[in-house]
Amino acid sequence: MKYQRVHLLLCHGTACVSAGSEKIDEAIKEELKKYSLEEEVRLVPTGCFGFCAMGPVMLVYPEGVMYCRVKPEDIEEIVCEHLLKGRIVERLLYKEPDGKERVAELSDIEFFRHQRREVLHNCGQINPEDIGEYIARDGYFALAEVLMKRSPQEVIDIITKSGLRGRGGGGFPTGRKWSYAKQATGEIKYVICNGDEGDPGAFMDRSVMEGDPHAILEGMSIAGYAIGSSQGYIYVRAEYPIAVERLEHAIGEARKTGLLGKDIFGSGFDFDIELRLGAGAFVCGEETALLHSLAGRRGEPRPRPPFPAVDGLFHRPTLINNVETLANVPRIILNGAEWFAGIGTEKSKGTKVFALAGKINNTGLIEVPMGTSLRTIIYDIGGGIPKGREFKAAQIGGPSGGCLPKEYLDTPLDYDSLIELGAMMGSGGLIVMDESDCMVDIARFFLEFTQDESCGKCTPCRVGTKRMLEILERITQGEGEEGDIDLLKSLAEDIKGSSLCGLGQTAPNPVLSTLRFFEDEYIAHIRDKRCPAGVCSSLLRFEIIPEKCTACTVCARVCPVDAISGTPRKPPFVIHQDICIKCGACQAKCPFGAIAKV
Amino acid sequence: MQEEKEKYRRLAALLEKYHGKAGELINVLHKAQLIFGYLPQKVQICVADALGVPISEVYGVVTFYSLFNTEPRGKYRISVCLGTACYVKGAGSIMEALKENLKVDEGGTTKDGLFTLESARCVGACGLAPVVTINGNVHGRMTADDIPELLERYRKEAKE
Repeated sequence: MKYQRVHLLLCHGTACVSAGSEKIDEAIKEELKKYSLEEEVRLVPTGCFGFCAMGPVMLVYPEGVMYCRVKPEDIEEIVCEHLLKGRIVERLLYKEPDGKERVAELSDIEFFRHQRREVLHNCGQINPEDIGEYIARDGYFALAEVLMKRSPQEVIDIITKSGLRGRGGGGFPTGRKWSYAKQATGEIKYVICNGDEGDPGAFMDRSVMEGDPHAILEGMSIAGYAIGSSQGYIYVRAEYPIAVERLEHAIGEARKTGLLGKDIFGSGFDFDIELRLGAGAFVCGEETALLHSLAGRRGEPRPRPPFPAVDGLFHRPTLINNVETLANVPRIILNGAEWFAGIGTEKSKGTKVFALAGKINNTGLIEVPMGTSLRTIIYDIGGGIPKGREFKAAQIGGPSGGCLPKEYLDTPLDYDSLIELGAMMGSGGLIVMDESDCMVDIARFFLEFTQDESCGKCTPCRVGTKRMLEILERITQGEGEEGDIDLLKSLAEDIKGSSLCGLGQTAPNPVLSTLRFFEDEYIAHIRDKRCPAGVCSSLLRFEIIPEKCTACTVCARVCPVDAISGTPRKPPFVIHQDICIKCGACQAKCPFGAIAKV
Repeated sequence: MQEEKEKYRRLAALLEKYHGKAGELINVLHKAQLIFGYLPQKVQICVADALGVPISEVYGVVTFYSLFNTEPRGKYRISVCLGTACYVKGAGSIMEALKENLKVDEGGTTKDGLFTLESARCVGACGLAPVVTINGNVHGRMTADDIPELLERYRKEAKE
């Protein structure tokens, strides 16, 4: 192997690819060729660094310098200045939102300093399409250890002792799930990895599948050994093409090297994995629906019990774990149950990956110990709210979760504290909202989602969510009535109590949680016909402030429905409310700030 | 016509591999849709026969999953992400701008067969929110004002 003095790590996660990593890749290859550096410099396409807001991101080792928002045009400068002359290209370094100083090294950046990357320790560090790089970072050592030294029961004991809980939403103890599957009688058993990450605004699992696919394969193999299964399936959303490609590649490589297949490590243990694609149905993340979809049928849930551990795929005992849960497994085996149990809070152990998005400066993928406060996540890691606006709420857990207002910024986040507050860990989507977001509208948005995704099998979910959505639509259109709030609450309780699966049982959560913390906003919509955040267009009026208007005619010209009239140079102009469609174009274009939203 | 025949030839070759394998239905439908661009009734019948699944069940699966289409799609499939992150950053107004420019509703295809307008549930590129994808190419940090220029680019490309 040749000595390579520089490693260039370029992020190839979905967000960075979308922002143009592939073109940068080509540009680098071209420049390296031009300066005959191909032998000295190694280009490593990696998975997600997590710092999606700054993408495409490039890391230069050995220095560990990070360049942000790199464009193909920047490559020549990076090669000439940094690689040839050893001078850092200052203008591409990261700049903290508050300070003027640019920061070169990853570990000095606030975004990374407060994180603890365990599940993501390989994401952004290795080439996910090279099994050698995974092995070089202790990959498959955990599988070797359990096959050589541990009995299946010992493996389950380690996982139980570690306190690992399911990362897909419910937080069921993983060790207990494994022992149920082990105890189930049957010659053939299956291990399924649930990669149907459907929450809008959540992309944790996708990043792990894209950035560290072998960790999932290894976790599944260990689970297979523990419960006595020799066949695994990974169920992935078809909307994640890059994840599908990398997993396929990883399975191929693992088979070729004998880490999947017959007689792994000469231990007599057989295990193989196949990939199955979803076809765009949110409900398939529910485990019984997923089983139906895996078998090629409509993804409709069924009542439990029997639980999949007893009667699962093709009526065989089946263990279903989430991507992040499985990716934790090799680390626990290698570092020990005590190590894992030492991270986090009393009842929620380890770390949690969150997808940080919405009104926040540093959008991206982060990992923190369980029990970290929202304040740390939003202000220290996330860099606060853009445009100096004020934090209003954080939505956690997607369509099944709820909103946390600013009074709870210091609550330690774990499974139990979130349930107490009427939210839920969910898979870990965290959307930040500021003063310009209307909470009634957000509740309507989520209900629209669950109503659209309801599979229609059980009545409370199919009809109940529809009725709730209708009420919310009425309220946001200014036609809310006294009593609507009570009606919403009672419908919500009925749907929660009588729906067949998790989708319906949690569908009312976004409404209940916004009602709990922001009831005054509902009342403002219903009683005063006013949207305090200025979002619900039916409750808005645009008006011209006569003192500021100069009659420049700009507003009248941009208005798409000719709702503004007046005589040039004779202020003020007037907006005719009966014609106005409240598009806001006039306000956006007025050079004098003379149009107000009331 | 010739083209159509060729498509059915490819479908027959595909179905040969999955004969009688009912469990592969979703997988086969994905592949059939790649050949035809959508899943017309005739294709569904062929799939049902080959896999040994009742046609009603094939239809049930096709209509259950949002990625399967029973109508032909436009040359360019525009998908507006309406995931939470994109929504709070104004994806709604982008959708409105597209509807106005293309004169179609969500799910509709323009008369010239060029564009189909759809909504997506989170592409996972939340760092670039709000996001529009056109045939899988991601256009990030969009505003309603960017829409006319973006569409014009594709219209020009189609002419060439």
